[in-house]
Amino acid sequence: MIVCKNLTKTYINGDVTTNALANVSFSIEKGEFVSIIGPSGSGKSTLMHIIGALDTPTSGEYSLDGKEVSKLSDDELSDLRRDKIGFVFQSFNLLPRTTVLRNVMLPLLYTNTTKKEREERAEQSLQYAGMEKDKFMNLSNQLSGGQMQRVAIARALINNPAIILADEPTGNLDTKTSHLVMSALQELNKKGHTIILITHEMDVADYANRIIHIRDGMIEKDEINIPNDHKI
Amino acid sequence: MLKDLLKETIWSLSANKVRSGLTILGIVIGIASVIALVAIGQGAQNSIEKNIEAIGSNLIMISPGAQRIGGINQGGGSAQSLTVEDAEAIKNEIENVKAVAPTVTKRSQITAKGNNTNTQVIGTTEDYLIVRNVAIDSGSFFSQQQMKGSAKVAVIGPTTRDDLFGAEIDPVGKIIRINKMDFTVIGMTITKGGSGFNNQDDVVYVPLTTAQHYLSGDEYVNSISVAASDQNSMTAVQEQISTLLLARHKISDPADADFSMMNQNDIIATATSITGTFTILLSSIAGISLLVGGIGIMNMMLTTVTERTREIGLRKAVGIRKLYINLQFLAEAVILTFLGGALGIVLGWIMSLLVTRFISSLTTSISLSSIFLAFGVSAGVGIVFGFYPARRAANLSPIEALRYE
Repeated sequence: MIVCKNLTKTYINGDVTTNALANVSFSIEKGEFVSIIGPSGSGKSTLMHIIGALDTPTSGEYSLDGKEVSKLSDDELSDLRRDKIGFVFQSFNLLPRTTVLRNVMLPLLYTNTTKKEREERAEQSLQYAGMEKDKFMNLSNQLSGGQMQRVAIARALINNPAIILADEPTGNLDTKTSHLVMSALQELNKKGHTIILITHEMDVADYANRIIHIRDGMIEKDEINIPNDHKI
Repeated sequence: MLKDLLKETIWSLSANKVRSGLTILGIVIGIASVIALVAIGQGAQNSIEKNIEAIGSNLIMISPGAQRIGGINQGGGSAQSLTVEDAEAIKNEIENVKAVAPTVTKRSQITAKGNNTNTQVIGTTEDYLIVRNVAIDSGSFFSQQQMKGSAKVAVIGPTTRDDLFGAEIDPVGKIIRINKMDFTVIGMTITKGGSGFNNQDDVVYVPLTTAQHYLSGDEYVNSISVAASDQNSMTAVQEQISTLLLARHKISDPADADFSMMNQNDIIATATSITGTFTILLSSIAGISLLVGGIGIMNMMLTTVTERTREIGLRKAVGIRKLYINLQFLAEAVILTFLGGALGIVLGWIMSLLVTRFISSLTTSISLSSIFLAFGVSAGVGIVFGFYPARRAANLSPIEALRYE
C-alpha cells in the first residue's frame, strides 16, 4: 500500500546542506502496525512528514494506494490528507475551548456531509477510540492527557483513513496513560487499520509488529517484532 | 460550503470572546474618537463663523473723529461730525454699497410695569437690519411712515424682553418708558447670541428721527454702518467713502479727517486664519488618533493570527484546503472590523451628542466624510492585518505551522 523508493530529502540552510533522508526505500502493506524508531535528528520525523503528505521529498518516489504523492499540488495534498491519512500528534493539537465533538468533526468541514451525518460519524469514532459518551460535549481544555489523545485518535479515524500516523503519541503522557493509548492503537490495528508510529522509545515501538530503525537518514534495520505482553 | 464557512467563523469568534471583544474595542475606540473629534471641531468652527456673521456682513463702520475742545483731545467718536445727509450721500453716490445705516446710540434706563433695566437704545433706519444681520422674530421693524413721523415705537431684543416682561412673553403691543416717555413695542428681534458688553440681544431699537428728537436732541449721528455688496469691493468702497466724506466736510488733508473707519474684512481675515489653523490642528489630532487606532487594530490582528498559527497548521494537517482557511480568516477580520466599525460610529455619534448637550455653546456637527474616513481606514487596516498574516500562515507547510510557538 505504501511504497517508498529512494526517498531523499535535503535541507539547504545557507551554505550547509543536510541530508535528512538518503535513499530510503521500503514498503508497508495494508493492516500492518509499523514503528519507525530512531534518535532525534535521525530523519524519522522527515520520513513521517513525507508519508503523511505534509511534505514532499527532494527526490525519489512515494506512492500511497497506487497514487504518486510526490508530484501533487498543495490542494491535492490537502485532499489526500483528509481522505487517506489520520494524524495523532504528540501535543494532541486539539482546538482550544472547543467541544470534543466539534474537534472530532474538524476534518469533515467543507465536505458534502450533513450536520447529522457528521455528528453520527464523530460519535461513532469517539466510541471506537474508547471515549465515554458523557464527555462528548466537554471542552477540550477540560480533558486529561489520555482523554485528549483519545479525542485526537477519534479525529484521525473519522474519515476511515487508509493509514493512521502517530507522531510520538505518548510523548506527553505518563506510563499508565501511554499504555492505554498504545493499547487503543493496537486494538485499532486488530480491527484492520494500518498504523505507522514514530517514536524514539523502544518500549513504545515494541507495541508494533514491525520495527524500522532509522539513523542518519538511512534505514539501519527493518525487523519483525513480536510485542511483549504489556501489563502495568 | 458557505454555511460551513459562516458557522466556523462565527463559532471561532464566539469561542474567543475576550480576544474578539478586545479587537472590536480597539476598532470602536479608533473610529469613535475620530468621529467625535471631527464633530467637535466642526461644531467649534461653525460657531466661530456664526459669531462673526452675527456682527454683520461686509461691514464698514464710520465713526466721528476726536473732538478737540481748547486743545484737549476728547477721544475718538466724541466729535459731532457725521450727519444723516452723509449717510444718504454714501448710499446714493458710491457703487457697491448695499445698505447704509446711520445710528444714534445712547444708554438709558428703561422701565415697564415696575421692572426696569439699563440698556442701549439705538436709533437707526431700516437698513440696519441688512447691515447688522438683524432679523425680526415677532411683530415688525418700524416702517417708513413711523420713521418720518418720529413715532414713539420700539423694537426690543430678547434679553431686554426677558428683563422687562419675562421669558416666553410676546412683548408686541406693550408699553415701555424710555426717558420718561412712553414707547409702544412693535417687534422683537431673533436671538443673535453674544454676552456681556457684546450682548446683541440686550438692545432697544427706535426710529432714528425719534432718537434725534427725544433722546440726543441734535441732528448728528454716532456712527454710520455701511454694508458693501461683497467682500471684494470693500477696500474700494472704503476708499470712496473716505474721499466723499473728506470732500463733504471740506477737509483737504486726509490726516485731519474728522471721522475714522473700521473694516470687517480685517476681522474676517483674522477669523479665517484662526479657523484655518483650527482645522489643521483638528485634522492632525484626528489623523493621529486614526493612526494610533490603526496600529492598535494591526497589533490585535497580528497577535491573534500569530497565536493561531498552530491552529492553521492543524487545519491544514487534517486536510482543509488553503482557500477555506484563507476565507475563514478573511471573514473573521471582516466581521470584526464591521462590527467594531458600526459600534464605533454609534459611539462617536453619542459622544458628539453628549458634547452638544452638556456644552451649550458648542453644537457639534458630524461630518459624513469623517465617518467614511475613520471606517475606511480601520476596516482597511483590520482586514489587511487580519488576512495577510493568516494567508502567510496558510502558505506555510503544515509542519512548520504546527511547530510554531
